[in-house]
Amino acid sequence: MLAGVLHQIMSGIATGGIYASVALALVMIYQATHHVNFAQGEMATFSTYIALTFINAGFPYWVAFLIAVVVSFGIGVAIERVLMRPLANAPVLASVGVFIGLLLIINAMSGWFFDYTIKQFPSPFPDHPMLGGYLSGHELGSTAVTLIVLISVYLFFRHTRLGLAMRAAAFNPTSSRLVGVRVGWMLALGWGLAAAIGAVAGCMVAPIVFLDPNMMSGILLYAFAGALLGGIDNPLGAVLGGFAVGIIENLGGAYLVGTELKLTMALVIIVAVLTIKPTGLMGRRVYSRV
Amino acid sequence: MRGVRDAGVTNLLEAKGLHAAYGETRVLHGIDFAVRQGGVTALLGANGAGKTTTLRAICGLVRTRGELILDGKRIDGMATEDIVRLGCAHVPEGRGTFMELTVEENMRLGAYTRPARETTDDFEHMFDYFPRLKERYKQQAGTLSGGEQQMLAIVRALLLRPRLLLLDEPSFGLAPLVVQEIFRILARIKQDAGVSILLVEQNATIALEFSEDAYVLETGRIVMSGSSAEIGQDEGIRRSYLGY
Repeated sequence: MLAGVLHQIMSGIATGGIYASVALALVMIYQATHHVNFAQGEMATFSTYIALTFINAGFPYWVAFLIAVVVSFGIGVAIERVLMRPLANAPVLASVGVFIGLLLIINAMSGWFFDYTIKQFPSPFPDHPMLGGYLSGHELGSTAVTLIVLISVYLFFRHTRLGLAMRAAAFNPTSSRLVGVRVGWMLALGWGLAAAIGAVAGCMVAPIVFLDPNMMSGILLYAFAGALLGGIDNPLGAVLGGFAVGIIENLGGAYLVGTELKLTMALVIIVAVLTIKPTGLMGRRVYSRV
Repeated sequence: MRGVRDAGVTNLLEAKGLHAAYGETRVLHGIDFAVRQGGVTALLGANGAGKTTTLRAICGLVRTRGELILDGKRIDGMATEDIVRLGCAHVPEGRGTFMELTVEENMRLGAYTRPARETTDDFEHMFDYFPRLKERYKQQAGTLSGGEQQMLAIVRALLLRPRLLLLDEPSFGLAPLVVQEIFRILARIKQDAGVSILLVEQNATIALEFSEDAYVLETGRIVMSGSSAEIGQDEGIRRSYLGY
């Protein structure tokens, strides 16, 4: 029993890492725009297809992976510049409409370019159990990759000039412009980074769930639950929330509701957080004066 | 470039027929003014006269019509980020503190447009003016008092190494003693840095004392301009526009 629980927790951390990455991508765009990017999951799926295309063309795995990450970054920047920029001062519903439209368009593009059949996606990690059988080689490897990504993103935002400028632009656009920060470009960079993080998450999850145009839709829901649980305006909270949701999902699926109702737990978490503590566990309460 | 009023003295900034509007609401109706090189110019007037809008117009934060010339170069219609890079620093209304960031990060942002190695000495220099910011260096800026945030806003602007400093109500919401302290330090900064200042103030007494030239704005039009000493002595102006 105990070994079983431990096993569930460990693989919960492995999938939680994926949710944490996507949650972080959501938070990055939320902080800058105060909108949840519903298309984040489909963008990641599309990125995974890009990686698969290059792998099938004979590129080594990590080269294909890197190409997918870089191209996704470019796509993210382009989406902000071309689609989101004109909406900077649009009403909320207009933005939500565009996000949903983007979701449908990218989903359809994935199906159109790469067809709707379910595809296998290779893992770059060894295929045998590790850590005394608690984790598969892929789970361990993908956890390591997500941790590297999360730590690099943290270091980038904490310790580089550009990272500081991006945070400043999200917190206080006017003051940022007054010290010479090019706020528009910081937003575009944020989109690029979010897309790149999504690409990593997509490539890491695809060997487990298989690749099809709807691969990320469930994962986005878990990630959103994680982001809300930790606090949608707090990157660290969202990351921890993502890991927590991964563990809850695995334990609940194994001992509570069964695998068929796992996704329901994500919805339960979302509803529970929004009704009981809308700011999330680590979120900031926002006061506005009217 | 010759002065609008004072031929023979160079103007760092000149505005000619400056209009500004927020959407449909027109706030400035074609005003002319100048800021002398190395001098302090005050912009006075009641609430809603258009003082803050004038500063925002200079920085490109509001839609304008008319000419704005900074050191011989047209800046109207330019992006805020580019105007800032030409050496125009703005201490905005409400101080514009990055509340979530530390004092250190606020200061780093002030120096954002300059190479990091150039600014180390400047940081020390700023602590010289405002020792309290050194004590609070690692603290979140949102926890600072109003006076400290005002100091931080001034420091952020100075770290740009500006030629023109736009100050929007540095006395706002502060205790008289703190206001005195800030203006004492501003006087030092003006001497050391050779920066020209355009000062917006509701507190006319302080503003006229601190400046050499002054303009009085009323509902988007300039109704009076002259040396600060003259304007301070004119009883009619004092009573109608400055309220003391």
